[in-house]
Amino acid sequence: MWQYLVKRLLFLIPVLLGVSFLAFILIHLIPGDPAQVILGPRATAQSLADLRSSLGLDQPLYVQYLRFLGNALRGDLGRSIINRDPVLDELLSRFPATIELSVFAMIIAIVVGVGAGTVAAVKQYSVFDNTVMVGALVGVSMPIFWLGLMLIWVFAVVLGWLPPAFRMSTDIQLQPVTHLYLLDSLLTGNLPAFGDALKHILLPGLALSTIPMSIIARMTRSSLLEVLNQDYIRTARAKGLTEKLVIFKHALKNAFLPVLTVMGLQFGALLSGAVLTETIFSWPGVGRLMYDAILARDFPVVQGGVMVIALLFVFINLVVDLLYKYFDPKIRY
Amino acid sequence: MDTGTPLATTASAPQAADNPRFELLLRLRRNKMAMAGAGIVALLLLTALTAGVLAPHNPLAGNIVNRLQPPSHAYWLGTDSQGRDILSRIIFGTRISLEIGVISVGLALVIGTLLGTASGFYGGWLDLVLMRVMDIMLAFPSVLLAIAITAMLGPSLKNAMIAVGIVYIPSYARIVRSTVLSVKETEYVEAARVIGCSTPRIVFRHVLPNCLAPLIVQTTMSIGTAILDAAGLSFLGLGAQPPTPEWGAMLSEGRSALQEAPWVMVFPGLAIMLVVLGFNLLGDGLRDALDPRLRF
Repeated sequence: MWQYLVKRLLFLIPVLLGVSFLAFILIHLIPGDPAQVILGPRATAQSLADLRSSLGLDQPLYVQYLRFLGNALRGDLGRSIINRDPVLDELLSRFPATIELSVFAMIIAIVVGVGAGTVAAVKQYSVFDNTVMVGALVGVSMPIFWLGLMLIWVFAVVLGWLPPAFRMSTDIQLQPVTHLYLLDSLLTGNLPAFGDALKHILLPGLALSTIPMSIIARMTRSSLLEVLNQDYIRTARAKGLTEKLVIFKHALKNAFLPVLTVMGLQFGALLSGAVLTETIFSWPGVGRLMYDAILARDFPVVQGGVMVIALLFVFINLVVDLLYKYFDPKIRY
Repeated sequence: MDTGTPLATTASAPQAADNPRFELLLRLRRNKMAMAGAGIVALLLLTALTAGVLAPHNPLAGNIVNRLQPPSHAYWLGTDSQGRDILSRIIFGTRISLEIGVISVGLALVIGTLLGTASGFYGGWLDLVLMRVMDIMLAFPSVLLAIAITAMLGPSLKNAMIAVGIVYIPSYARIVRSTVLSVKETEYVEAARVIGCSTPRIVFRHVLPNCLAPLIVQTTMSIGTAILDAAGLSFLGLGAQPPTPEWGAMLSEGRSALQEAPWVMVFPGLAIMLVVLGFNLLGDGLRDALDPRLRF
């Protein structure tokens, strides 16, 4: 196991180097002179030369990359062009909001997706099964930003039940501990804050969960159907075990490996997919920060955000691989 | 009395058994979901081809007096904030969406197939380098990579198509590489080599045709998601620019009018969903029909 972990971590090095290189060259994809793009058409020759020098654009590409890599390893992702704040600080201050939204959406997706997929497999070809499968197909075909806006229209505009934007009402006070509002409000025993945070996260969480929920439901169903046809399931039934025990103890655990892979991939995708959802719900996370940075052409922030999210994506995939061992003890590392 | 049916059946039976394409079509026809998907895609193609005839109004010309009109006899799906007919814009938007899907996926298909073939056929350091580059691209969440590329290239429909195309290259390269790896070891490829066939002839005549089945499925599925991704880019202001009647851009424009005129948002969103659903259903059906475990 440890050998495998070390091997995987070593294998991560070229991938991380590649990810950092891709994030680095993004700024060089800008047609023309990046300094001109950043400073605009009215920039003087002197200011352009100064900016090129400060960004290191006047040096050979490999020197620029090594400098970028060295700075990134020290936690320096540059400064925002707009407010001159360090990019890493900005990203770290926004991350709790994105993590909270992604985890919340993932919990909805797993609970509903695995539940619906399981019932659909157990009751194959029933009305419920057909409904779940059609619903899952519609779910993956739906533009998430459109669904978000429809949810706002129905639940915030027409019914007025839920707030359309932000993480919390301005009149609610909350002592920050982890900066995850739901968790902080529970840790500090602040129930009004918990209720308010929950109301705010429901709509974006639901919108964001739709695609992973649909994919998880489909994968759970097909994986479970395969397992339910195995001999050991027939044996378990023949032994007289209850159907509940057969499904939950014998079938579901064995069917979980492909579902887990999908969950890992989807969680990684949620972090980036949150760009659209956060924009619609004015959710102050990394996605929203990236969107604002794109509009303002604040390239260091875009570059830093891309790199940090990609690193997180790679890390999540590693964790999923390691979790395989729990679900399939036959796997030897 | 009717002798035509049994005769037709007996005539078609050996045909189905002998002709794998016919068998494939039969299997596809039996799949109701795939047929529904094919129907939707056919309807979209027809709409795109006849947009000029079908659209009741000019999609770009608006009358500010008619702004944000609800659905009515004159404007079936209502009008937007510029007084333009939403139905006409959706009809013309079909052309743009299909264009996005075909061009971006076509780009990924051509480049991905070339890279995958070179990687699988020649192997060695070329394979190692190309596949590590693909791994790195796959390490990026696709939406984020597309956003980053479009942000850097500048917002336009063309750049959005390029960005989506680039993002899809690795999946094509991987699919083709894995098929090429198994096909190049077969006896008929070896025989072609022995009789002195040139490498391009072996690749294009004997190797690539064997990659067609997975490529057809991947292409059909990708067109739907490419349309969805490009609509997302346009919604963020990075793809098609106003007044282009692209569905994502229409949603972006209609966002500010959500409270007073929800129809501006509802219909373009439904159009996107229908197109993507059509391609997903067809792709699912094709995958089932072409599944090697069933077929070969």
